[in-house]
Amino acid sequence: MKRQRSLPAPPPSSEITPEAVYLNRRAFLSAAGIFGASALLAACGVPEQPAATPAAGASVGSQTDELGDPLTALEAVTDYNNYYEFTTDKEGVAGLAKEFRVRPWTVEVGGLVHKPATFAIDDLLTAFSKEERIYRLRCVEAWSMVIPWNGFELGRLLDQVEPMSSAAYVGFTTLLDPEQMPGQRSRLYPWPYTEGLRLDEAVHTLTLLSTGLYGQPLLPQNGAPLRLVVPWKYGFKSIKSIVRIDLLEQPPATTWSTIAPREYGFYANVNPEVDHPRWSQGSERRIGEGGRRETLMFNGYADQVAGLYSGMDLLANY
Amino acid sequence: MSTQPAAPSGALSRWGERLQTIDLLRLAVHAGALLPAAWILAAVVRGDLTANPLQAVEQRTGRIALILLVVSLACTPANLLFGWRSALRHRRTLGLYAFAYASLHLLVLVGLDYGFAFRLLRADLTGKPFIWVGAAALLTLAALAGTSFNVWKKRLGKNWKRLHRLAYLAVLLVVVHYAWARKGNLTSLSGDILQPLAFGGVALGLLALRLPAVRRWVTRRRQAVPRPSGEAASGLGGG
Repeated sequence: MKRQRSLPAPPPSSEITPEAVYLNRRAFLSAAGIFGASALLAACGVPEQPAATPAAGASVGSQTDELGDPLTALEAVTDYNNYYEFTTDKEGVAGLAKEFRVRPWTVEVGGLVHKPATFAIDDLLTAFSKEERIYRLRCVEAWSMVIPWNGFELGRLLDQVEPMSSAAYVGFTTLLDPEQMPGQRSRLYPWPYTEGLRLDEAVHTLTLLSTGLYGQPLLPQNGAPLRLVVPWKYGFKSIKSIVRIDLLEQPPATTWSTIAPREYGFYANVNPEVDHPRWSQGSERRIGEGGRRETLMFNGYADQVAGLYSGMDLLANY
Repeated sequence: MSTQPAAPSGALSRWGERLQTIDLLRLAVHAGALLPAAWILAAVVRGDLTANPLQAVEQRTGRIALILLVVSLACTPANLLFGWRSALRHRRTLGLYAFAYASLHLLVLVGLDYGFAFRLLRADLTGKPFIWVGAAALLTLAALAGTSFNVWKKRLGKNWKRLHRLAYLAVLLVVVHYAWARKGNLTSLSGDILQPLAFGGVALGLLALRLPAVRRWVTRRRQAVPRPSGEAASGLGGG
């Protein structure tokens, strides 16, 4: 499996830790507790990680992101999910999504393209070689994780369908299936979930279509079988369980900017300077750590993506 | 709880009755108010407080404070509607517990979540009116808690009652704070709004029952229906 990091220098091989050591380290970090500073609460910690045994042949991966911050425990990644199609209770998603059918699954790619196509998910999985990308995920709710994703660049898929010159935006749509997704029976949300990117954002090398994490296939609560990962934007941009991708001339309506346009813009770039009426965007809680850390401009990916927005007023285009 | 052994021996059956009505209710009030704290503490010890434990503690303490405040405000209407007089004795206890949970809610935010990093806090608080609304609610509750004791009741006289009507202001502020903190939009009636709307409806209903006109109307209706005497002390079942 090819690895690529978002900063140019790969780690020396001496930094790559064998699986057993790596797992022990995670267990140690879990046991060390999250309220390190508080003696009263020192007994608590991120839940132990008994199932932290990646499938045979899974990549061991690096234990930190390029800034040196440790990966978030697999159990937290798979048990703490914002996926309103199932429930607004983050810990309830995994249980409700357990029976979610990820096969058969097709992804239709159309709109302003020369070669519209419908891909069976298994064809997509074999057509594109997968890489591991360790990305920070920064939720608009001011919590964050570091996740080793597996997947391929969205740009490679878009190349195949040959966008027309008039295409300027990409729209994404999640499966609509209230039978399987009980949250979609609520009329308080404009289902199905939709998201969008500008075309240059969509073909940026950081933009990933993910099919797995921690070397295992995606679980339904994480957006199986195919989800977007745009690490410099708030998590809600990284739409899950995609069934449709459209090339468009105009920016598509997106779910959260439809519900509350003053709170969630189309761009939704991680930006500590743009305040949110509810959550702090200046600081965040890294899952597995106690306390807070400061939020980085573009979630720490400014070197790679700031150029996309040169000359734009980011306070107005939030 | 208050198990005075001073009950006269001849009144054993009355003492048993008292135990059933008054003491059991008092016990239920204290247990009901303390159990959530035990539940949170147990989750902390087990490390079973979601992957985002600070947020979970903040949300749970806030929600429990709101529930206790609503229950405290429901005591007077419970007496008005159902003649459940013994409920009146527990308004203050419930209100003080609500204040305690609200204080914990703030302490966890400032102390554990932000680690007293006032630079970060200050930067985050500007532009977040929902936090100011919550702070206003907590200040109101603090004023009520501080003057809740009998010495103040005597000292303030008539004004004590007026002052303590601010509990309704506090509950409405808390509901606004809660609605704002959820990921919903009340102007477009979309998103995560059901629970804030439910709490708001209950709070407004309780407030409506205190309006003189509504009160007179309820009292007339109750007097129109003949009731067996002694129902007033029907204890827990009366609610």
